[in-house]
Parts: sequence; C-alpha cells; structure tokens
Amino acid sequence: MVSILDIIGPVMVGPSSSHTAGACRLGLIARDLVAGTPESALIELHGSFARTGEGHGTDKAIVGGLLGFRPDDERLRDALTIMEKEGLDFRFEKTTLGDEPDVHPNSVRITVKRQHREHVMLGASLGAGRIKVSQIDGYPVEVDGSHHTIAMVAEDVKGSIARITGILSDDGVNIATLRLTRKHRGGDAFIVIEVDEQPADRVRDDLRALSWVRWTHRIDKVGG
Amino acid sequence: MYHSLHEAIRDAEARGVTLATVALEIESRDHGRTIDEIREVLGRALAVMRHSVEHGLTGDLRSNSGLVGGDAAKLRTGPAGPLAGTVFRDVLMRALAVQEVNAAMGVIVAAPTAGGAGVLPAVLLGIAKQQNFTDDQLISALATAGLIGAVVAHRASLSGAEGGCQAETGAAAGMAAGAATEMLGGTPSQAGHAVALAQQGTLGLVCDPLGGLVELPCVFRNATASAIALAAIEMAMAGITFAIPADEVIDTMGEIGREMDVRYRETAGGGLAATPTGRRLAKERLVQIKRV
Repeated sequence: MVSILDIIGPVMVGPSSSHTAGACRLGLIARDLVAGTPESALIELHGSFARTGEGHGTDKAIVGGLLGFRPDDERLRDALTIMEKEGLDFRFEKTTLGDEPDVHPNSVRITVKRQHREHVMLGASLGAGRIKVSQIDGYPVEVDGSHHTIAMVAEDVKGSIARITGILSDDGVNIATLRLTRKHRGGDAFIVIEVDEQPADRVRDDLRALSWVRWTHRIDKVGG
Repeated sequence: MYHSLHEAIRDAEARGVTLATVALEIESRDHGRTIDEIREVLGRALAVMRHSVEHGLTGDLRSNSGLVGGDAAKLRTGPAGPLAGTVFRDVLMRALAVQEVNAAMGVIVAAPTAGGAGVLPAVLLGIAKQQNFTDDQLISALATAGLIGAVVAHRASLSGAEGGCQAETGAAAGMAAGAATEMLGGTPSQAGHAVALAQQGTLGLVCDPLGGLVELPCVFRNATASAIALAAIEMAMAGITFAIPADEVIDTMGEIGREMDVRYRETAGGGLAATPTGRRLAKERLVQIKRV
C-alpha cells in the first residue's frame, strides 16, 4: 500500500533513489549477513548498475552500506576513501548475472567475509529506493528491507512454524507477515518472517539451535 | 490511500475540509500512525528541503562529473531578467539549488524521486517566503502533495525508467501545483484542476539524461517543471478549469509512458543524451569520474 511518506521521502544523499539510496540499502543488508563491517567483499555489478553506477555514486553507496552508513548519511560521498583508510578489501567487478526479465537491470551480487563467516546475496534496486533481495547463499528469499526480517531454511517437519512463532512471541516480537514456501512435501521449507520489533540476538540464536533449522539470518530494517 | 483524486476531492468537499485533512486521515488509518506522528515526519522532510535549498544557493557545488553546478547562485546574484524580484525567479532558483545539491551527492528529500526533487520544495518554499506561510501550512501542503503523488504512483508511474521525465518532474509539477493551490486557499476542486493543468503541460516529456546521470538536463527540467507548476497554480487560482479531469490526465501520462521507446526512459539511448554533444560530454565526463 502506497504511503504519502514514501512519496515525500526518503531523505537521502543524491543523486538517484535507485542507484544511490537503493544501492546503499543493498550494502546494509549484505553487512547484516556477517553482522558487522566485512573484512572483504566482492561486489559484482550488473546492467545499469555496471554501466552508469560510477556517475551515480553506486559504488560509494554500496560501500557506504557495507560500512553501516544509511542512505541519508553524508559520509556516503567519502565511502571509498574511508574504505581505503580502514584497509578493507572491497573489490568491484562488472558482470552479467543473467537476462532480463529474470534479472533486474539494477542488480548486484555481493559476497562478504568477516571472521570465519562468508555469505553471498543477490539483490536489485527497483526504483524510488525500493529494493529486493532475491537470493541469499543460493537460497531463494524475498526480502525488501521495509521490516526487520528473519529468513530461514528448515526441514519440512510438523509443528515447525508453531515452534518458530513461539520463540518470537516469547520474546515479545510481533509478526507482520510470514511467507512459507517449499518445493515439495518433505523438502526444504523457505521461511521469510517480517516482524515489527528488532529481534534480539538470542532470538536468532534460539532459532539457529533448532535441530531441523539449516540456516537462519536476521536482517535489520533498512528503509520504509 | 486514495486511487483517484476524484474520490479524494469528493470526500473533502462533502465535509468541507482540505485534501490535506483527508490525506492525513487515510494515511493514519492505512499505516497505523497518528496524524501527529505523520506531521512530525513531514516536518523533518520540510527541514531537509529547506536545508537543501540553502546549501544549493551557496553556489560552491559541483556534480560528480562536473557537468552541473553553480547555476542556482547565478539566479540569486546574476543580472536581472524580466522576472527579477518575483516569486517566479525565487522558485526557479530554488529548483536549481536542490537539484545541484542532489547531483553533488548532498542530502535531499526524494519527493517523489531524487531526479524530480527540486520542484516541490522550490514551489512551496518560494511561495511561502513571499506570503509568510507557516511550517504547519507547509506540512499540510506536503500531505496534499503526498496524496497526489500516491494517486500518480497507483494510476501511472513515478519512475523515469518506466514513464520518462513526465513521470518524475511532470508528476512533481502536478504535486506542487495541487499542494500550493490548496495552501493559497484554493478549494479541493481547484487543486485538482491545478494538477491537471500542470501535468497536461508535461505529457510526453522524455527522460534523456547525458550518460544516464541525474544531472543534465535533469537540473534544468526541475526549473522548467516548476515554471509549469506556477503557471498551473496561477490559472487554477483565477478559477480556470481544465476540461479533462486530473485522474484522466494522469492515466494519459501512464499510457504515454508505457508506449515510450526504451531510448527515452533513462537509458541515455535517445533524446539529448544521444546528440553529438551529449555523447561527447558524457564520454569525457565518465572518463573523468573514473580518474577521481
């Protein structure tokens, strides 16, 4: 549903809501995957991101997001200098991630490493600052950053949703939306839960501790 | 939110209230925020708009590519034309200022988009300065503008990549015209006519930025779209009506956008971007950006 606050906003560093604000949000989500500033990152730009990204500050915006700067943070302008000063190993490549319409023209694949963790995500900037992350670690997800989100892959066992929602409600976290998909009965279930409050670390840890949960990420709200 | 201006105008006039009032009520109902909370967020947007105007008027900004910058200051201090000392020149100056800030990676409010961000602050703040409108009145005007923009987003598009510049600076002109008309005391119907009068004047406008960058002609399109908004406001306040309702003008914008060749939708494949000079400048400047 369109909100007048989406129309009169966001407050952002220019020049482009898709190539700058959206790009920054994608960087913020990649940062969340390793729960902090990555030590190294490979940023593969596709389509319009690859062609006009430099002029729009897309490179600065993604790096700024990886550094934890939000779309309205004026440090985005100097993100590349800050990255070099901090000695971070972030590299850019121009690539083709697939054909339209399967791959959005403003797409990026970001691989991030921090300590012992390495994760990869595929995301796109859809316009007006809106984004969609469509893949994390090869798993299909749909994360738009408008809510705090928990993305999970779990074995298809009975009562799994009840356990998951139980853990959330025990911590006072209210569910806004919940999407569950699976390819076939007994196959992996992909679960994306959007919640109103930021879940505590222990919620993520409790979910990860469930024996039938293969994989869990907590992704903070980055816009909306 | 409303899907047509017709319904919003009907509801507002039936109750004798403004479009801003019905917009804030529906926003509150749809998104579970109080009207005070919504006004507070809009107030923060207003403060950023004001700051971006002031920042742009200092004149010491250059864009990444160096293609634009410093022109807002020329309108502030440069030689007089026929509009010197008028609200018209003030508005043009502010529109350039905000877009120069945007192109230089400064902070702006994308309303409705970054590429069209100059029009609304220019028109509202330019008029408010002349007539001493309060922040409360400006915040109400932003709510009205948000309502108009939401209707355009629903019925057509607010993206240059989808609908050309008519969907960015054109939509911004409609939003600014309707909002300012109401702020000046026009009825909801008059605000609707102002939207129609503004957007009929931008139908078919293509998105053809040099090198695909939000710089040239975007900065100047914000000034000319603001001029169209002022023309629409002046006509609507005088009681002029436009025979095609605003919703149908917006639908027409959407239809033209869908038919528009991809070269004219932000790809730099046609229009000014594809002129010999446009191609040469884009090539030179992109090389320069890579060196920085």
